[in-house]
Amino acid sequence: MYPILIFLLLFLNWIVLSGKFDAFHLILGVISCGVVTWLSQDLLYSDRRKKLGERLRETWFFIKYIPWITWEVVKANLHVFKLAMTKEGYEEISPRVVTFKTYLRSDFAKFVLANSITLTPGTITMLIRGSEFHVHTMSQFLEDDLLEGAIEEKVAQVFEPEVLKKK
Amino acid sequence: MTHWFAIIMGAALFTLMIPVIYRIWVGPTCFDRILGVNVIGTKTAVLLVIIGTLFERVEMFVDFAITYALLNFVGAIVISRYLNRTISLKDMESREKEGARKR
Amino acid sequence: MMSFSSPFQCLASATVEAGSSEGGFLVLQVIGVLLGVLGLIFFLGAAVGLVRFPDFYTRLHAAGKGDTLSTMLMLTGFALVTMEDFSLSSWLLLIKIMAVVFFIYLTSPTSSHALMRAAFEDDEMPITEDDIKKRNRQKGGKKS
Repeated sequence: MYPILIFLLLFLNWIVLSGKFDAFHLILGVISCGVVTWLSQDLLYSDRRKKLGERLRETWFFIKYIPWITWEVVKANLHVFKLAMTKEGYEEISPRVVTFKTYLRSDFAKFVLANSITLTPGTITMLIRGSEFHVHTMSQFLEDDLLEGAIEEKVAQVFEPEVLKKK
Repeated sequence: MTHWFAIIMGAALFTLMIPVIYRIWVGPTCFDRILGVNVIGTKTAVLLVIIGTLFERVEMFVDFAITYALLNFVGAIVISRYLNRTISLKDMESREKEGARKR
Repeated sequence: MMSFSSPFQCLASATVEAGSSEGGFLVLQVIGVLLGVLGLIFFLGAAVGLVRFPDFYTRLHAAGKGDTLSTMLMLTGFALVTMEDFSLSSWLLLIKIMAVVFFIYLTSPTSSHALMRAAFEDDEMPITEDDIKKRNRQKGGKKS
């Protein structure tokens, strides 16, 4: 099941990047995608026990997650702009390092959480040790926002809804 | 109009790269320099698309932009990993020195 | 060739011309120009932050965020401006540029995280509030 999905993803990539629809290029694409799928299909989707419907739900929720995180990126840039351009903003800088534990378990969810933390205003992930996140923040109230755990909840809704039900 | 827009955008991008180049030139630590190179590399991907618009061959230059973004990412990861490993080696040496002192 | 006193004037008049002479898609082009200028403004913020901020970690804040959004905005703007007709090849071009945008969206935070981790393991400690206060006191002392 999963090899076919990976093959289709690779082939879609091939079509977008080549942009030609004659028989020669399509056959070349099928051959190369088949070879890549055969050789290295275990790199993508490490957890093979999940069903395909579950993956579809994840994809749909991830697509719904993208606009929210884009809005967060815009807010982060306005924050950086304020800090860089105005004098009050510059005096507001008081960097610190915050440590917190997450309840997410899979590696991919942690990756998405770390990247989301990096893109939200004033915070960058510094180190990940197991389930411990060390985060560098710009000021005090940003730290409070982070420890409320809104981002974590959003990521958990996408990837691990069963963790949220337990809470 | 597309022509004018591309020229002005390219010139403005070039002008705004000057502060970043200052950071590369002065940067107190080597990480500042890597950071500046990374920023300029990302912007070069945009510049490639702009050049493609000027030559009216965007479909070709977008491929270059993809390749450049990929190389930039791989370069940043490799350099940071390399510095990481060097540091652990330094740690090892300092530990060895401590061990030698104890003897 | 027309002569323009300032680039903004040139942009404005060129935008008006596009509807009449070239017959492109005016709405798309105007949105694209706006997105591009917005990207330039955010890149200005990132560049100024890169020069002004006190230590490496805070500079990384400016670079990591400003870089991501400004690149995304500028590339999206160019994708809209170069959209000539709604044929298959122009759609493919749009999808390709959006692929670059998505790629940068994924990789830029990852590389900034890698740099930060490398710097942290290189015993480069981040400055704290006390350091900034000390620095301000020193500056005030020199002035008075």
